[in-house]
Amino acid sequence: MSELEFRAVSVRYGHGRAAQLAVDAADLVVRDGTTHGLVGESGSGKSTMARIAVGLTPVSGGSILLDGVDITDRAPASRLARRRVQMVFQDPFSALDPRMPIGSSIAEGLLATGRRSSRLDREARVHELLDRVHIDPRRAGESPSAFSGGQRQRITIARALAAEPAVLIADEITSALDVSVQGVVLNLLRELQQELHLTMLFISHNLAVVRYVSDEVSVMRAGRIVEHGGTETVLAHPEDPYTRELLRSVPVMGEPLELEDA
Amino acid sequence: MRTRFVRTLLTPQGVAVSIGVLVVIAATVFGPILFGDAASARDIASRQQGASLAHPFGTDELGRDLFARVVVATRVSVLLTLGATGISVLGGVLVGVIAAVLPSLARRAVNAFIDILLSFPWLLLALFFSVIWGTTATGAMLAVGFAGIPVFGRLVSTLASSVAGSDFVHAARILGSGPLRTATRHVLPNILPPLLVNMAVHASVTLLSFAALSFLGLGVQAPEYDWGRLLNEGSRRIYVDPMAAIGPGIAIVLTGVVFSLLGELFSERRRNAPLRAVRRRTRAETRAIPVVSDTEPVARASDLRVSFRTEDGGLVERVHGVTLSIDPGEVVGIVGESGSGKSVTAMAIAGLLGPDSLVESDELRFRGIDMTVEPTAAERRRLGLEQAMIFQDPLSSLNPSLSVGRQLREVSEIHGRVPRPAALKRAVDALNLVRIPDPERRLGQLPHEFSGGMRQRAMIAMGLMGSPRLIIADEPTTALDVTVQRQVLRALRDAQRSTGAAILLISHDIALVSGFCDRVIVMRDGRIVEELAADRLEDARHPYTRGLIACVPDMATNRALPLPVIPTDTAATAVAESPEVRT
Repeated sequence: MSELEFRAVSVRYGHGRAAQLAVDAADLVVRDGTTHGLVGESGSGKSTMARIAVGLTPVSGGSILLDGVDITDRAPASRLARRRVQMVFQDPFSALDPRMPIGSSIAEGLLATGRRSSRLDREARVHELLDRVHIDPRRAGESPSAFSGGQRQRITIARALAAEPAVLIADEITSALDVSVQGVVLNLLRELQQELHLTMLFISHNLAVVRYVSDEVSVMRAGRIVEHGGTETVLAHPEDPYTRELLRSVPVMGEPLELEDA
Repeated sequence: MRTRFVRTLLTPQGVAVSIGVLVVIAATVFGPILFGDAASARDIASRQQGASLAHPFGTDELGRDLFARVVVATRVSVLLTLGATGISVLGGVLVGVIAAVLPSLARRAVNAFIDILLSFPWLLLALFFSVIWGTTATGAMLAVGFAGIPVFGRLVSTLASSVAGSDFVHAARILGSGPLRTATRHVLPNILPPLLVNMAVHASVTLLSFAALSFLGLGVQAPEYDWGRLLNEGSRRIYVDPMAAIGPGIAIVLTGVVFSLLGELFSERRRNAPLRAVRRRTRAETRAIPVVSDTEPVARASDLRVSFRTEDGGLVERVHGVTLSIDPGEVVGIVGESGSGKSVTAMAIAGLLGPDSLVESDELRFRGIDMTVEPTAAERRRLGLEQAMIFQDPLSSLNPSLSVGRQLREVSEIHGRVPRPAALKRAVDALNLVRIPDPERRLGQLPHEFSGGMRQRAMIAMGLMGSPRLIIADEPTTALDVTVQRQVLRALRDAQRSTGAAILLISHDIALVSGFCDRVIVMRDGRIVEELAADRLEDARHPYTRGLIACVPDMATNRALPLPVIPTDTAATAVAESPEVRT
């Protein structure tokens, strides 16, 4: 069982008059074994949701619960629980240490499990993970510069998986990739989801991509969740005017764009 | 990596530095052994002699050979320098890294302390420390070493904080890597190269510091001697025997230069001569006025090839023989992935490629202007008026310190020679056309006061200030949200309708291109793979085009099936999988 719940979380940047609410009392539940899509435009606060879940940004109000344990405070138990939430970053070029062989980067993921393991065990695990993301395990000693963007993104996914996360957060993981590579990464996520029963929060501005991977969708705007529900329901019968506008803006292959009311 | 190192060593500078380093090391290790006796042998008979064949630098007041003494002093001078530099670097790294990983309040305190120390001249600090440790060689080393710590502390903390902000450090933190582990495993290895450069340069400064300290009598004490002491003793009779002072001076200067060059060698990035060989015009060509008709293509390129210089000085061709033409008023889209050469092709058509590129073609024309030769003043003006360019990042194509209105007017005033009031009116009209509300007020604002979508529309408006015949838009909406994307595309379409200009839209999004353009050109690996009408995408023949269409999920994709993937064997080389290429 692993369920991630954002309960009325708020994030405020700055102090006093200049303070800005990046996230405004947002509620969101990522259910066990499902993928929850979070859509919104730049500045809507969706990436902030990812950062607070993994502890890169503190929350100003509300709480985030992983299987009922609050992971936002500084208590050691909460800190341990937080390591079970892992994240894959948007830019695969800055997400890997350029001076560290990819095998060592993935082995770093094993830190989060809290178990001490022998060097041989670690190597075996790294091989297994590389194999899982379809990268030749014999290349574990190479540095990230020897890999393409799509391959690097698969390596960062392997690193996150090494931590044996209860919840995986994917923050715009395909937006820096070419479309042909995007398909490979999305297929990999689907495959992992089916094999490992992953629980995932999938953040993207691309509605079609979110629709493809998600079971449920939340639409975010200006720090608030404006709509939420099953993927098919929300996208087929959007209730919020903003969701409708978002849907209308997606270019459709081979169809002239409707620009008159833009 | 290794070959580049060897290649750097084989440059003239590399050879000089290698020899210099070897000489310094040899003098340090073997100097006292080989010249030790000569340096301490007293010969009262030949005291205070000038330079001669037997004594190249002369002798001192006890008749000892000064050349031998300079060679022997190398060990003390170099070791003191290395010791002090080591103290500065180690201390600096310690302070800097601690400052970088501390919580923000403590970090500010440490940085403030470094700032205070930096504001003292090093000599003052060195004098202060030599009071504590006494005027001995070790004392001087500690003093100079500690005086250098703030310099390195500042450098390391600046470098480290830039590394500490990167995603891989965040990832390590999320995985539970402690601050100390992160500092040693991630931060230090990534700041090492610039640190090495500064270390070498700092060593040469330290060498001078020691010379100065010893010269002042604060450094090495008799009977020990280093170059600074020898210089001090020699300077007393500089008018009689100049070589007695110049000799140690030469040693100090040469060693200092070797250290500095070593640092420069670490940071050496070779610069290449410009590639572009612009053909000179013949006189007949200069006189000929190109005839422009409104039926012939706006732009035409035939067998266009573009090459770039690689890091090791070779040439690599990125566009391999592209032929395309754009009719007046036509909306053409180029689709391709990063590295497909789509942007380079467009830049070549606009004549905007820099001197590091080599453009070859059978024909490259824009409305009768031959783009393969340097344009005349009249042609340049026409290009300025008739071409408009919109890039992905409007913040870098607009000047941040000039008002939007001033930048808009510039086009008409410089190229079109329109008087200012008329240009101003035109700017207001242009902003109205791209639907920027309240244009009079907006014209007075700076680019950063505009939102991303509005900046892109201002760029389109700038294109409208001339009499555009071709608007080249290179990924104009990639950095924007989908809802804003529509507004920008609408502005682009309005601009095209009101001026009759052709548009060349470059994008990686085939759905977007097919929805906006009349004709779609698919590029891969520097070649045109297929050209087809935007409303007949289903007729695509080439497997790559078909793959490109199929692999993008849309709102109707079957979620139960995996996405189709473009097989990498449809082209000889897989562009998408090539590492360094990003547009």
